[in-house]
Amino acid sequence: MIEVRRVLCHVEDIFHEFGPPPANPLRRGSIAAVITNVFAGRYVENIAPFMEELKPLGVTLAKRLLEVLDRPPGAIQGYGKAAVVGADGELEHGALWHSPGGYGMREVLGWTQSGEAAGRPGLGTPAAGRPAPGRPAPQPGNALAIVASTKKVGGPGTAIDVPLTHLNASYVRSHLDAIEVRVPGAPAADEVVYILAMSCGPRIHERLGGLRANEIERWDGQK
Amino acid sequence: MIAAIRKIVVQLDEVRVEMGRAVEPPTRRAVAMAVIANPFAGKYAENLDVLTTIGEELGGLLGAKCVAALGIRPDEAHSYGKAAIVGEAGELEHAAAILHPKMGATLRREVGSGAALVPSAKKMGGLGTAIDVPLGHKDAAFVRSHFDAIEARVADAPRRDEIVVAIAVTDSGRPHPRVGGLQVGEIQGKDGLR
Repeated sequence: MIEVRRVLCHVEDIFHEFGPPPANPLRRGSIAAVITNVFAGRYVENIAPFMEELKPLGVTLAKRLLEVLDRPPGAIQGYGKAAVVGADGELEHGALWHSPGGYGMREVLGWTQSGEAAGRPGLGTPAAGRPAPGRPAPQPGNALAIVASTKKVGGPGTAIDVPLTHLNASYVRSHLDAIEVRVPGAPAADEVVYILAMSCGPRIHERLGGLRANEIERWDGQK
Repeated sequence: MIAAIRKIVVQLDEVRVEMGRAVEPPTRRAVAMAVIANPFAGKYAENLDVLTTIGEELGGLLGAKCVAALGIRPDEAHSYGKAAIVGEAGELEHAAAILHPKMGATLRREVGSGAALVPSAKKMGGLGTAIDVPLGHKDAAFVRSHFDAIEARVADAPRRDEIVVAIAVTDSGRPHPRVGGLQVGEIQGKDGLR
């Protein structure tokens, strides 16, 4: 059983960054859970089973983040994840978040064309899976891209930049971004901060071309 | 709205366990921050009324954001505080003009009441400067369980000609208060102190 000591939600609306303000401000957010590091202070060889225990936390955090963002799942365009491990832990404890963090994202944002949310019947939003007009290939699912991540070992209040990418194609240039997350006072030496982040749009004044979100063709999570 | 807002950041901090002991109900503190253009950056102005009006606007806007983030009725708010970080091209008095003359009134409207002083902090700062927003019970400043602070910080602000304005609202005191003093149940709520 995971003991969550503290949760910090962060939502920001960016109206402009000294350029022409877009019609809709960019909303981004993050959620950070401070939990006890059960492996703190010693080397444990077999830590992988803990990933399974972290899965419900991933789902809970993703759902809660969506709630505080106050947007439907279909409005989420970018995502990322991160971990900050307290001083008595090791970087590998941060890596435990890769699988459950991604699982949580797909549980709330993912769906497949067959109407299943990434293999979990009844979840997801298949209605949103209609092929977009003019698209060469119908979108076969959602949350297809790898969830980009960062991790570090740090003291209380350590800031970490959580990378953000388009949730269906990592190469969409307009959505390559990052959001800084920091929990004042955490992690303590025997704690870990696990983080999820979501964005409702591209960078505020994105104008560097590259692959556009409406040009995704391969649907392989990359392009 | 007079304030030229570049960005609004809202954070909700929920403590469920402190020192291994469950906090029930969890303490919850919200802080809402607005990054605004400083209309007086780079010049000395004798009259700072524009900033005072901005403070009046933001007291309501950010107070409402906090209450919404907490998901409470206004009268369920316990404590509050305010702060400002002025970018390099401004002066400390700009923070004072925002925080002190009129912000309290609009903030109090959002939290139902507020006989007590709204505790405050101000400083000059650069990008990512953090400020500890003092917190005090909204109806009685002497309630010891509610003396607290929450850190406010926007990673990319204030730029030279900007000001970060923060309002914090809670629905609780510290996690395990046990240093005595005036208790919530003893509040008279008339003079703002007890």
